[in-house]
Amino acid sequence: MTGPLILTLTTFLPLAGALVIFALRIVGGASMAGGASKSIALLTSVVTLGVSLMALAQFDPGKVGYQLVDHAPWFGGSSYKMGVDGMAIALVVLTTALTPLCILQSMKSIEDRLAEYMICFLVLEALMIGVFCAMDLILFYVFFEGGLIPMFLIIGVWGGKNRLYAAFKFFLYTLLGSLLLLIAVIYMAAVAGTTDVPTLQEGLHPVTGALLFPPEVQTWLWLAFFASFAVKLPMWPVHTWLPDAHVEAPTAGSVVLAAVLLKMGGYGFLRFSLPIFPDASLLFQPLMFALSVIAIVYASLVAFRQTDIKKLVAYSSVAHMGFVTLGIFAFNEAGIQGAIFQMISHGIISGALFFCVGVIYDRMHTREISFYGGLVHRMPVYAALFMLFSMANVGLPGTSGFVGEILTMVGGFQASTWAAAGAALGVIFSAVYMLTLYRRVVFGEMTNDKLMGIKDVTVLEFFILGLLAISALGFGVFPGLVFDLTAGSTDEVLRMIGQVGQ
Amino acid sequence: MDFLADITNAAPEAILAGFGLVGLLIGAIGGDRISGLLRLLAVVALGAAAAASVLQFGRGEAISAFASDPLAPDGLYKATMFTIFAKVVTYGMAAAALLMSGGALKVSQMERYEYPLLVVFASLGAGMMLSANDLMTLYVGIETLSLSSYVLAAFRRDSLKSAEAGLKYFVLGALASGLLLYGSSLVYGFTGGTGYAAIAAAPESIGLTFGLVFVICGLAFKASAAPFHIWTPDVYEGAPAPVVAFFSTAPKIAAVGLLAHILFTAFGPHAESWQQIVAIISVLSMLIGAFGALLQNSIKRILAYSSISNVGFALIGVAAGAKDGAASVLVYMTLYVLATLGMFGGILALRRGGKAIDQVSDLNGLVKSKPGIALGLMVLIFSVAGIPPAAGFWGKLQVFAAGIQADLLWLVLAGALASVVSLGYYLRLVWAMFMKPPGDALDKTDASVGLVVAVTSIAIFPVLTIFIQLLLDAAARAAGG
Repeated sequence: MTGPLILTLTTFLPLAGALVIFALRIVGGASMAGGASKSIALLTSVVTLGVSLMALAQFDPGKVGYQLVDHAPWFGGSSYKMGVDGMAIALVVLTTALTPLCILQSMKSIEDRLAEYMICFLVLEALMIGVFCAMDLILFYVFFEGGLIPMFLIIGVWGGKNRLYAAFKFFLYTLLGSLLLLIAVIYMAAVAGTTDVPTLQEGLHPVTGALLFPPEVQTWLWLAFFASFAVKLPMWPVHTWLPDAHVEAPTAGSVVLAAVLLKMGGYGFLRFSLPIFPDASLLFQPLMFALSVIAIVYASLVAFRQTDIKKLVAYSSVAHMGFVTLGIFAFNEAGIQGAIFQMISHGIISGALFFCVGVIYDRMHTREISFYGGLVHRMPVYAALFMLFSMANVGLPGTSGFVGEILTMVGGFQASTWAAAGAALGVIFSAVYMLTLYRRVVFGEMTNDKLMGIKDVTVLEFFILGLLAISALGFGVFPGLVFDLTAGSTDEVLRMIGQVGQ
Repeated sequence: MDFLADITNAAPEAILAGFGLVGLLIGAIGGDRISGLLRLLAVVALGAAAAASVLQFGRGEAISAFASDPLAPDGLYKATMFTIFAKVVTYGMAAAALLMSGGALKVSQMERYEYPLLVVFASLGAGMMLSANDLMTLYVGIETLSLSSYVLAAFRRDSLKSAEAGLKYFVLGALASGLLLYGSSLVYGFTGGTGYAAIAAAPESIGLTFGLVFVICGLAFKASAAPFHIWTPDVYEGAPAPVVAFFSTAPKIAAVGLLAHILFTAFGPHAESWQQIVAIISVLSMLIGAFGALLQNSIKRILAYSSISNVGFALIGVAAGAKDGAASVLVYMTLYVLATLGMFGGILALRRGGKAIDQVSDLNGLVKSKPGIALGLMVLIFSVAGIPPAAGFWGKLQVFAAGIQADLLWLVLAGALASVVSLGYYLRLVWAMFMKPPGDALDKTDASVGLVVAVTSIAIFPVLTIFIQLLLDAAARAAGG
């Protein structure tokens, strides 16, 4: 194997941690492994974060193309090839940064089968990092679909009452989309003789130099990729698995689902659909705009009518992902930069919101909005933090949510006035449902006696939410931190679709 | 060619035939007391046959024997690289299935000396039919396998279900043999020969096509492909667990390998006539196997439907034709039987109160009582389902790629649909093991069971996930020779 190996190390470190816990579980039994798994999992995830930050430090944003590439032969036309560009490394760090927080949170709220839970979580982390680093389509697919297994277990074992339905729906829905992607990948491998992503992105046969995918073929391949990424993102109308999965998943499961797993869809569009199928992407631009606007408006309206806090946040995720697709398919710098930023920002904010829901769920074991009210009287710190994240979700200037939404809309406006107008409606609606939620849960008089004894956030919860609050504000004030990193990827995508300077 | 050279060339089968005959003598003298010893000897003999096949594979060419027969000028026995590969897996699986059946045999009071010998004779039949270069040898091989299998299915004479399974298998199997014979006679009548080469050289004719259809029906029955699958769930359910573990591994790859082999060689020039038939059998098997298992509660029946579905997947590779599909069939079946072996080894070895478990609900909460076995079984189940990173995914990838190369996109799309549907019951097994509260305590399992599950699951993931190129190379070599 050749390469600096730092990405390989980042990806497989969590797996090593999972193996250690598994060995303990087999040798020492459930009780011993349960206790030890906390520290092992936390340690592993923190070290992984450290290694990924080292990778970030080694990454040179000024250079074009993929960096830190590890390469090893595998089979046929596929190879084990890991590498990142600015967008990928940003998502990798998002993943590695959120995982320790999730593990910290889970230590308190998960009681049953802790060791197994930590194993699942670490395996999931490894697969998520792998998805963003893979530079071979088959390798990408293995990570992409492999991630279903630990998430299935996390929802199914540690989820709520209706977890059977949610876990099966999550798995089968996503699998059907993925299999169409797989068939397209096999076809592409047969045509090109390789599944190397940079080669496919150039669009020319590596040996003969002929055009790989003529426009009419692109259309079909694009649709197959679309089937997979649209489900994952999720886009209207294939979003229905998401609210179920979110509601039933344990808090940390919801956090990674919203913060990282959804980003795989947007990442897939930017990494594969646009560069490899530029003609088809242009062809389907109106469709994507229409679906994005419907998602933004429809999901916002549906969110407003929810009685379950988690479901509300889930629908708000669907709406925010609409901004991502709007920005991506605007095919201009503002749109794509905005879309990437929106993915990072939504990862922080939606993750934080699910943590916020987890805080009160751990205390009261219900997520009914009507159960709560007047929390500000008993939980002032919580109220302040929740306020901050609600505002960030609405897109208040000064928070990261604002930057992502405004940029995607600017990009969308340049491409289609109507699409941007529709998306702007969504911004208003998002204020409506978030503020209503906030008012009903936090403000007002405390009418429910059961809430009288509720305690404010613990030190641990304050630590988790505080870090996320700093990030949300930090990226809101200094968005350049992300833009500097992702400018190169954006230019590359634009170059590949031949729309530079539009 | 003299007799000694013939025997040397047919060494794997000669070893098994010799051991089978000697073993019968030993058994007749020693009786059931030495069944354990005979079982071990049979494992050694099967292992030796597998090793001899590996050596033949190393020679890198087709191996003929008994070529001087005036009735069959092309030779009755010709093991090509393709069939030698299939034989290696067949014998290896038979040995492994026999090795891990010790505890189960004891519990179900099947420790009789005939048992290992019947497995040896069945494997001999499987090897013979794979090595056949003539419809007559083919028939003798199939019947050797089938007759041994009927007896094995009914091996628990005191069990009503076992007897029923044996009888059903026999009646339907005899019908399939009749179809095969009738087809063979038509083929002979219209081509003037029973040797593969003579059939391949014969011109296209309507009679030959008719014969071909009957032959395919007969062989599809042996491979339990739809619509000739009806017997499978009943036989799997009724037959004793160790027997099912054998049925679902060694004869399975032999039957699919044989079907592919005879279509690629004897009927290779007539591919136009069979490609569509095989494609339809494939799509039916995949979908019937996927939908049929959804409402089953017996693990054995679920695995029976799963095997029907998986044979359907392998047949995508057959339908794709020799050039595109041959290697993919071998890769698919090898990974499938390897995972199945481990799955049966694990699930069927679990016992509660001295009785083998059978219902899905019996697996409830397995992760609490036996976390290692539960994890291994999960890996194997996902492998059979074709979900990465388990190695079964590579099999699916290969047959799908073969299908796409051969312009059978509709078949591949049907395969994708079947994959999703069949996940419905694979996930149910995982669900029971990981998410349900545990039931009554299970009996202590033998160490060998843990070993089988551990070895197969580690082979499936991560070993074969990483080193899949080795298997692909071997299969490509087999398909080329």
